[in-house]
Amino acid sequence: MLGGWGNLMHPGREVTDERIERLTDGAVLCRGLGRSYGDSALPPPGVLDVATTIKADRFLSFDDRTGELTVEAGARLHDVIWAFLGRGWFVPVTPGTAYVTVGGMVAADVHGKGHHKNGCFGAHVTHLLLRTADGRMVRCGPNKEAQLFDATVGGMGLTGHLHAVTFRMQRVPSPWIYQESERVDNLAAFLEGLRAAAAAWPYTMGWIDCLSTGDAMGRGVLYRGRWATPEEAGRRKTPRPKARVSVPFSFPNWALNRLSIKVFNALIYRGHVPRAKRGVVHPSDFFHPLDKILRWNRIYGSRGFTQYQCVLPRAVGSQGVHRFFERLTQLGGASFLCVIKDCGPQSRSLLSFPMEGISIALDIAINGQTQTIVDALNREVVELGGRIYLAKDAFTQRADFEAMEPRLSRFSAVRRRYDPALRIRSRQSARLLDPADAPATVHSSNHRGVDSPDGPQGGTR
Amino acid sequence: MSGARVVLLGGTKGIGRAMARILSQRGDRVLLLGRDVDDLERSAADLAVRSGAAAILSARCDLADPSTFAGAIAHAEEVLGGIDRVVVTAADFATQEELEATPDRALALCAINFSHTVAFCEHARAALARAGGGVLCVFSSVAGERGRTPVVIYGASKAGVTAYLEGLDHRFRRDGLRTVCVKPGFVHTSMTAGLKPPPFAGEAEQVAAMAIKGMDRGTPVVFAPSIWRWVMLVIRNIPRFVMRRIGF
Repeated sequence: MLGGWGNLMHPGREVTDERIERLTDGAVLCRGLGRSYGDSALPPPGVLDVATTIKADRFLSFDDRTGELTVEAGARLHDVIWAFLGRGWFVPVTPGTAYVTVGGMVAADVHGKGHHKNGCFGAHVTHLLLRTADGRMVRCGPNKEAQLFDATVGGMGLTGHLHAVTFRMQRVPSPWIYQESERVDNLAAFLEGLRAAAAAWPYTMGWIDCLSTGDAMGRGVLYRGRWATPEEAGRRKTPRPKARVSVPFSFPNWALNRLSIKVFNALIYRGHVPRAKRGVVHPSDFFHPLDKILRWNRIYGSRGFTQYQCVLPRAVGSQGVHRFFERLTQLGGASFLCVIKDCGPQSRSLLSFPMEGISIALDIAINGQTQTIVDALNREVVELGGRIYLAKDAFTQRADFEAMEPRLSRFSAVRRRYDPALRIRSRQSARLLDPADAPATVHSSNHRGVDSPDGPQGGTR
Repeated sequence: MSGARVVLLGGTKGIGRAMARILSQRGDRVLLLGRDVDDLERSAADLAVRSGAAAILSARCDLADPSTFAGAIAHAEEVLGGIDRVVVTAADFATQEELEATPDRALALCAINFSHTVAFCEHARAALARAGGGVLCVFSSVAGERGRTPVVIYGASKAGVTAYLEGLDHRFRRDGLRTVCVKPGFVHTSMTAGLKPPPFAGEAEQVAAMAIKGMDRGTPVVFAPSIWRWVMLVIRNIPRFVMRRIGF
């Protein structure tokens, strides 16, 4: 059995190998560190093996004039960050956790606190090396096999198996972050604050207490940050990776309930004293606060959880965002963490998630109501002209997704051109993307590598 | 001890890869030995990019081919200007069923894991002695602690390595040689891919860090993860008739 970060389990088995050429030979799907929440990195029904790239994690080259770094697809973002921060470099984009692979960052075209300035990760990728469904190795980039590139960035691994990724690192003036945070009383003030911060700050995001209602709806804490100047960093030494603790076992399912979530959210909000804070902070505390707790997904218990993340276009204004939160409150959706971020323009990639507007992410524990809640939220998102993030999704229905994604036919056309038989699929693609006439199971065997010249994987080295 | 001149046989994969990363990142001068030149170059690039070192050296050496040993050690000695530490993580593995089905396969595994490993270490030991003693760190296994049903042949090959390293320790310690015999339990690597992980399964990074700590301190025997020290203490003392009965 195998799950995403949300711990919804399905049949599946991870296969790993240091030699990525051997690993992806005949593979139906690649998977990285399994941090997508839903079923993006799970094999489609009828297939068991998924090729996990985490042992193919070598850094291949770095050019310290241009900042161009090439790594194997399984390289961990955490390793990239800590190998380079002390040398004055940082990744152009990081999602909210550093425990992702660079291949996964391309597949989900991840965004972060800097989206309004830096765009998605794909905007900084200069080359990709991938194995398409016919087994060929293809190099692509923004100006080379550009359609394949645009479909691969954000394409959830469905256009081919990534072997290597080249992207541009960014110079930073110091390895520390200067952060300001501020308590905000309601949604309108929040949206205004995000907008104002976006003009002056490279990194912004907000945490919202989604259980607050009425005038206080959308209260929370707004964070702004930038790299500290050498003067601000002062005599601090180069930061080191933070110590981590692990959640040792799954919490009982009742541990996170409406009341405990309410208390937790109120504590964050009320605990933010004084009202506005500023200072130099560790980059992990700023970019990856939850990474301090390994396996935090266990707090949701064995039932698992899903994350609902959508983006609403700027045009809907604060009334639109308000309407979304009202619907969420009506549905009784209680989220442990709710994160809000204003996004910059949509990228050229065909299935990339962000668009100019407001992104909202919230966790929902799995219970009998989850499908109903997701369906209802999706209906709001469709009406408001927004869309959902595939890397988080496990519940969206095909008709809703199609209504959100006018770009889908272009993506499918490129995918079909490189993979006419749809050999590369995921549980998510079977649910949302694969055409109805797609073969249920292309491979006669569940076992990867039966048609590979190496033969089945041996145990020797 | 950083700045040491370290030679790793098997440093492109698994635990060896993890050790090479830690050593090069802390400033040791690492030289990789392995059988696949292309793979060596990729791993050397990985270490250089991660550590910011100018270049990482590598040379071909195949544990399955003893004729490559002398040349590889001599080359390493020459380019590094002497060798302070040698690490051997390379080894062969196959399940008991595979080995029983093909006696030639069993012969090859015993040769690689025992006689070739000893021959390589003899070359390495001589080179370490020329630099004044040094540390020889070799990966054995908890499988070598006791003859057991699922690892009869593999375990025997590792028992040989364990005995050899203990003997070296007694014979050459006064000449300055430190031997470190690492006995990992089950570790998630490509060597064990497809096998069902038992309790206390370890990760390559964790075992690598423990082995390096053992080298720095000159610890003769390192169980990794350390729980195996106690598990094996129990297993070594189970009477044979009980072992036979439980088929462990």
